[in-house]
Amino acid sequence: MTGFLVKRVLSVVPVLAVVAVVVFLMLRLVPGDPAAVLAGDTATPDQVQALRERMGLERPIAVQFGIWLGQLLQGDLGESYFLRKPVVELIAQRLEPTLALGAVALVISVLVAVPLGVLAAYRQGHWIDRAVMGVSVAGFSVPVFVMGYLLVYIFSVQLEWLPVQGYARLSEGLGAWFERIILPACTLSIAYVALIARITRTSVLEVLGEDYIRTARAKGLTDREVLSAHALRNAAVPILTIIGIGLAVLIGGAVVTESVYAIPGLGRLTVEAVLARDFPVIQALILLFSCAYVFVNLMIDLGYALLDPRIRY
Amino acid sequence: MKATMPRSLRILLAGVRPGLAALVAQVMLALAAVGLVALIAWPTAVIAQTLKVVMHSDLKTVDPLVSTQYIVRNHGYLVWDQLVALDAKGQIRPQMAEKWEISKDERTYTFRLRAGLEWHDGTPVTAEDCIASIQRFVRRDPTGMRLGAFIASMDAIDARTFRLVLKEPFGMVLDALAKPSLAPMLIMPKAVAQTPPTEPIRPEQVIGSGPFIFKRDEWKPGEKVVYVRNPKYKPRAEPPSGFAGGKVAMVERIEWLAVSDPQTAVSALVRGEVDLVETIPADLLPLVEKEKQLIVLPFASGQYFARMNHAHPPFDNPKIRQAAMVAFGQEQILKGAVGDSRYFKVCRSMYACGSPLASEVGMKDLVRGDAKRAQAMLKEAGYDGTPVVLPYPTDLAPLAPLGPLLRQQLERAGFKVQLVPMDWQSMGPRLRKKDKPSEGGWSLFASFYDTRDSLDPIGRTVLNTNCKTSFLGWPCDEKFELLREAYSRVTDPQGRIDLARQIQERNTEIVAFVPLGEARFVGAMNRRLEQTFEAPITLFWGLRKK
Repeated sequence: MTGFLVKRVLSVVPVLAVVAVVVFLMLRLVPGDPAAVLAGDTATPDQVQALRERMGLERPIAVQFGIWLGQLLQGDLGESYFLRKPVVELIAQRLEPTLALGAVALVISVLVAVPLGVLAAYRQGHWIDRAVMGVSVAGFSVPVFVMGYLLVYIFSVQLEWLPVQGYARLSEGLGAWFERIILPACTLSIAYVALIARITRTSVLEVLGEDYIRTARAKGLTDREVLSAHALRNAAVPILTIIGIGLAVLIGGAVVTESVYAIPGLGRLTVEAVLARDFPVIQALILLFSCAYVFVNLMIDLGYALLDPRIRY
Repeated sequence: MKATMPRSLRILLAGVRPGLAALVAQVMLALAAVGLVALIAWPTAVIAQTLKVVMHSDLKTVDPLVSTQYIVRNHGYLVWDQLVALDAKGQIRPQMAEKWEISKDERTYTFRLRAGLEWHDGTPVTAEDCIASIQRFVRRDPTGMRLGAFIASMDAIDARTFRLVLKEPFGMVLDALAKPSLAPMLIMPKAVAQTPPTEPIRPEQVIGSGPFIFKRDEWKPGEKVVYVRNPKYKPRAEPPSGFAGGKVAMVERIEWLAVSDPQTAVSALVRGEVDLVETIPADLLPLVEKEKQLIVLPFASGQYFARMNHAHPPFDNPKIRQAAMVAFGQEQILKGAVGDSRYFKVCRSMYACGSPLASEVGMKDLVRGDAKRAQAMLKEAGYDGTPVVLPYPTDLAPLAPLGPLLRQQLERAGFKVQLVPMDWQSMGPRLRKKDKPSEGGWSLFASFYDTRDSLDPIGRTVLNTNCKTSFLGWPCDEKFELLREAYSRVTDPQGRIDLARQIQERNTEIVAFVPLGEARFVGAMNRRLEQTFEAPITLFWGLRKK
């Protein structure tokens, strides 16, 4: 296990190196000039050029990359061109809302989707199964922002139970935090619930057809015991896989959800940085997302070994 | 647990191990309990005299001279103050200045500052600060640069008095110093104003003498910007008027919330979570108009315009540019771009309608969407079918409809048009490229100027037709420049009006600028707010929260 861990952690290095090079090059090849954006419409070409030189954008790309890499290896992610603030500070400010949103959405998704998927599989062909599958198709099909508007309209505007927008940090109190996070998290979790519920149903159905399930029933185990002790555990590997893959869905959905609910998270920071061509911020964020994705998938791999004794590293 | 668990929950948890089931049930119940308590017990605390506002965009940079974004201008007016300022009638009034004197030869301007002016850090505002601020302004701003070319020297006479000496008389000294928009002339501390004009000042340098103090420690880009009332600010005794007069802060704290989604902003306004939303898209206005607790009112207005690239075919031919000006129809464009006729106005003047220079001279038969006449003109001009490359932003709601609308009108007149959709931030670099349109350049674009930037023929970059320094279309016309030069020298109002009209007439020949009509951008605020004067832009002095 330790060898596997070390190998996996080391394998992250080339992945991140490739991501860093690709992102750096792509940003410099796409149209858009941060100096022109910063200088504004009235700046003369000379003024834009002077700004470009000050920002170091006139240097050869290899030199720019070398400088950035050198800073990166020292833990310095640079400074935002526009906000004139260290990128680390910007990310630190935005980390909590996104982590909170993702974590709550993940908890809601797993708590709702796994039981629903199991129930649908258990009641295959029953109206409950059709209802669960129908709802999950709807969950996939309705765009996140539409779902967001709908929930805001019902719970905030009409019922006046919850605030429309904004984020309260945990340091402001659990109640204020929960009040602000629950609607966005529900919005974000809907597509994720649909995804996990469908995979859970398929996976459990597959397992329910296995011989050992028939044997378990023949032994006189109740349905609940069969489902929990035999079916769900054996069906868990694909479910865990989809939870890991779904992280990308969650990150993508977070961008939209944060915009709809005006949550100052990393998703919005990414969009704003891309629109402004704020290279240092974009580079840092993509590296961060890549690390997060690799880390979560590493955890998933380790989780396989816990769930399935046949898997050993 | 088994006895107390609801049947529905037991069914849902049927597939989960018993121990895990209990844990999950406990977590769910705990979450539900927390949620319930949150709904019942947490009050929505309102801090007295805090104004919560959703502006038209988020503040990303804090230097109102380097950035020409209107949001940075509005930020600038909260924090800094002007030496002299325009009132509601367009008259220049003293602001930080107590008074000024102009020598008989009109070459020496002596300004005296009001007593007791202080920066937010408690140090006094001095004449040296004013001189440094003007020096930075004249190296960066188009109007400022014109003034800068005439300045011989600036000297501090004492801590509150300074002298500005010109090489020769220049009629726009006060106009430049009172410049209200697109990089207004704001007075900054000397140490801050010594920042090179190409380099934006840093957030920690946002130290002003204006009615509000920027809370750098609370500024979280993408979340909120916070200003608090400056307790030491000494407003002028006169009532507020335009950008001039007494800037009395009537709220303790202002929070600009970064809500980028208009639907969310409107919902928050309706719900009472925010007090004011500066810009509301036309399709959401009906939602706001039916709410009795809200007042809909215009917070911004301005002029759409089109600009052609004089450096490359087809618009290197003035006859073809004239044909395009005939082909464009203001009314159709405004209906398409703005929609609601309450919020647009056909205005065939280069200068903001209602302003002293506004006139339709030379423009009466133009921008009426006369496709037949444009076709004839095109034929006469020998148009060879060279495509008009028209970049337009798809991510900026007020400008996004213009591309397709202009294409429709040009095609009806016989032009071939190639639309190039892109995001707004890609537009700037593209428009600065002088390459051929077919090789990454462009032929035509449309944009928008605030009304305050459309008052004269000097301040707008696109009216520069100097063959050496013009850009964004590279027009080159000596006569037009001579007229602008003459305008900047005259001081009498009638002389200015005459020259402004001559400039407009000349524009119909060279077509440096095509006015496409005026729009008002409306927002809404809660009736618990009261505006004590008609502010020209979203200003926060004289705004009271009941």
